[in-house]
Amino acid sequence: MSATGIGARVERKEDRRFLTGAGQYTDDVLLPGQTYAYFLRSPHAHAKIKTINSAAAKAAPGVLAVFTGEDIAGKVNGLPCGWLITDVNGQPMKEPPHPVLAQGKVRHVGDQVALVVAETYFQARDAAELIEVDYEVLPAVVKASDADKPGQPAVHDIAPDNVSYVWALGDKAGTDAAFAKAAHVTRLDFHNNRLIPNAIEPRAANASYNRADESYTLYVANQNPHVERLLMTAFVLGLPEHKVRVIAPDVGGGFGSKIFLYAEDAALTWASRQLCRPIKWTADRTEAFLTDAHGRDHTTTAELALDQDGHFLAMRVKTRANLGAYLSTFASSVPTILYATLLAGQYKTPFIHCEVTSVFTNTAPVDAYRGAGRPEATYVVERLVSTAARELGIDQAEIRRRNFVTQFPYQTPVALMYDTGDYNAIMNKALQMADVAGYAQRKTATQAKGLLRGIGYSSYIEACGLAPSNIAGALGARAGLFEAGEIRVHPTGSVTVFTGSHSHGQGHETSFAQVVSDRLGIPIENVDVVHGDTGRVPFGMGTYGSRSLSVGGSAIIKALDKIIAKGKKIAAHLLEASDADIVFKNGAFSIEGTDKNVPFGGVAFAAYVPHNYPLDKLEPGLNENAFYDPTNFTFPAGTYICEIEIDPQTGQTRIDRFTAVDDFGNIVNPMLVEGQVHGGLAQGIGQALLEECRYDPESGQLLSASYSDYAMPRADDLPSFQIGTTCTPCTHNPLGVKGCGEAGAIGSPPAVINAIVDALAAYGVRDVPMPATPQRVWQAIQNAKA
Amino acid sequence: MSTRISMTVNGKAVSAEVEERTLLAAFLREHLRLTGTHVGCDTGHCGACTVLLDGKAVKSCNMLAAQAQGANVTTIEGLAAADGEMHPMQVAFKASHGLQCGFCTPGMVLSAVELAGKLKNPSEAQIREALDGNYCRCTGYHNIVKAVQTGLANMG
Ligand code: FES
Ligand code: FES
Repeated sequence: MSATGIGARVERKEDRRFLTGAGQYTDDVLLPGQTYAYFLRSPHAHAKIKTINSAAAKAAPGVLAVFTGEDIAGKVNGLPCGWLITDVNGQPMKEPPHPVLAQGKVRHVGDQVALVVAETYFQARDAAELIEVDYEVLPAVVKASDADKPGQPAVHDIAPDNVSYVWALGDKAGTDAAFAKAAHVTRLDFHNNRLIPNAIEPRAANASYNRADESYTLYVANQNPHVERLLMTAFVLGLPEHKVRVIAPDVGGGFGSKIFLYAEDAALTWASRQLCRPIKWTADRTEAFLTDAHGRDHTTTAELALDQDGHFLAMRVKTRANLGAYLSTFASSVPTILYATLLAGQYKTPFIHCEVTSVFTNTAPVDAYRGAGRPEATYVVERLVSTAARELGIDQAEIRRRNFVTQFPYQTPVALMYDTGDYNAIMNKALQMADVAGYAQRKTATQAKGLLRGIGYSSYIEACGLAPSNIAGALGARAGLFEAGEIRVHPTGSVTVFTGSHSHGQGHETSFAQVVSDRLGIPIENVDVVHGDTGRVPFGMGTYGSRSLSVGGSAIIKALDKIIAKGKKIAAHLLEASDADIVFKNGAFSIEGTDKNVPFGGVAFAAYVPHNYPLDKLEPGLNENAFYDPTNFTFPAGTYICEIEIDPQTGQTRIDRFTAVDDFGNIVNPMLVEGQVHGGLAQGIGQALLEECRYDPESGQLLSASYSDYAMPRADDLPSFQIGTTCTPCTHNPLGVKGCGEAGAIGSPPAVINAIVDALAAYGVRDVPMPATPQRVWQAIQNAKA
Repeated sequence: MSTRISMTVNGKAVSAEVEERTLLAAFLREHLRLTGTHVGCDTGHCGACTVLLDGKAVKSCNMLAAQAQGANVTTIEGLAAADGEMHPMQVAFKASHGLQCGFCTPGMVLSAVELAGKLKNPSEAQIREALDGNYCRCTGYHNIVKAVQTGLANMG
């Protein structure tokens, strides 16, 4: 392994610009003639708009325009949903319009009502205060559990019962039969708490129109600029795609929330043409809380059937998912395709049935947030497994081992085919790293302090790199799921890599450069990676679902293979040998078995200065691109072990030790992988202990709309983590990689809650809701005592 | 109403006519185009906008530009040496992978630099407590804590 090749801990190429303030995030972009936007938003969860009077705002100093729903009606379409779910009756989901500016009605607090454009930000904001909107406030439906009860207000006319779809997966009859003969059934009811993603960079966009060539440029804080462009041009604005360039420059974290096409992006792009001026908008934090797509919010009843030895016979799951007020870009796929398919976990449960009811409410749209469906599934499985173990008196590791899938490939009863894995190896390493052998001693020490100690396990499975496109299409995806890569070799042998993947913290500029430098045998300094610009990179799908290296990296490998194949032909000519005799190794093409060789740079030069070159047989130049469509998902897996201490007087929970062992297949840069796991763990632990999005159940006002009310983990809320890996390489992509971006957020919440329940088991506590705040833990103890 | 403000930013005297309500963060970003100072919340919670004001870490979204009248301000752009050599804290963040998306990073680094004057050989717990005013959503803080430990040691 070279010091910068695949597997090396290479410091990041992008860091210098971020550390010196030279990053260019969307809000940092200032265009000639820049103007500023402010969105007037609904203060009500549900209301009819009777009239809007914007005359005073239009006359205010510096104001260039005020646009409302009326101005765009018939000109700008609604936002599309990218995944069509077909319900249990074979009917398409209810897909209500999602207007870019409210059309006569607002459906959640923060819904956009008017767009004000002015010379300065202050002028736009001040003018928005002059807009008079006459609302007729309507009763709101806020809680998903109420949404389809008779007498509830309808969020959309086309879904009078507020149900978008009822969807199911698995063998119901087989599952019911297995339950009927089970020796033991474990049942849990819980709520997977609603979260607000909170990337530290708020959403932002800066749209401009060039009258000279009728083209648009949109800078936007986004994870997948081509998808953004396709959805916006083809569905919303009806613009020719080649006239629109979308640039997602440095992006300050995404976690799913910047996958989606948002109303603001489309409104700004449209308005930039009306004014022929660039328009910039940056969300303030309150807007981020109110309008970024939220995550999770599942209410579930889950049952596990076991025989007397603790073997799983069947799992039955009923979930109600809150979609919020509109179908956000991939909202419909999250509680279905990305959720129910993961319910097998690491186990050979023969029968699984899952039914999902997804409902509209007068709350912000809910969509993918780090893990997207998979954390919810893992929570179901791992809470059930731990509870069953306790009920049957079986050791937590042992019950898992008894049920682990050990033969691969493995076809689950919920559609997925696991290609490879070794769950026992992961468990062994986790037990050892977590020093489970020393747990009893630590527990005694904790008790001596008058505190409670608990240990919790979670063995998760993840499905990354959603694929292949044709199967996803059959399941309702309205987009492809490949990735694109281009290798442009320059005449002197340095390389620019263009990738459809997008980095918003992941470090692709380094890890992808490592892959290229490793394969071509050239210094990593000679490789730069370009991403995030539809004007420069080939059509790609962007970054989400932990897909970048497994799908985007594979496209790069395919393009590299083409480069090397062509290079061999050029080298054969230069060395006067036959193509078949040329081998490429350590950055040089040589005649096999001889020391006659030409370095990579020499071949590149020959390709661009083709004086001595087989022009009759070969085009000049060395520039290849490739598209890679995966043949299957990848299946990272891991076991997490959490130890906590609780003060029974206050309910305060402290994580004392957290061990995460993951099998991500091959690893390109262990340092970056560890960083991804750390970040995921922090978000998962945040969900388990701190974070909760809460609406007032009557008024639909967002109660957790600021950092004072929404508890995001700070440095002193978290421990340092123990991280380890095992490796079974993915069998179906050229790098043998699986993806690591979401694992931490998927595996950790049940580990934390299982630890808390373990600590409180002596009181007879079976469950503590997330987030397990001190108040809730204390209450659980009091309830159990009563 | 506008007002004239003058201060020293990264060693250079600057002066401008701004609206009175202009925040220091906006002054640095919009007027001086020093966009390394980031705004993550504008409510004083996230610390992305942290700059050094006469050596003290302050949240520049939480004060008016006029309140910095006459002060000596260091932003992230002013931390490295004139020849581009990074400050030991910047070096430590890079070496420890203490940043991912980079958005919290300028504030985090400047908060960490300020600690040098306050804590000698701080423990992990002390560092975590001292970084309480800076959110990071990407790193889980693990590597930030390591970076700050290394950076403080190397600042001597
Ligand atoms: S922007 Fe100043 S504290 Fe968040
Ligand atoms: S590195 Fe992204 S918020 Fe800290």
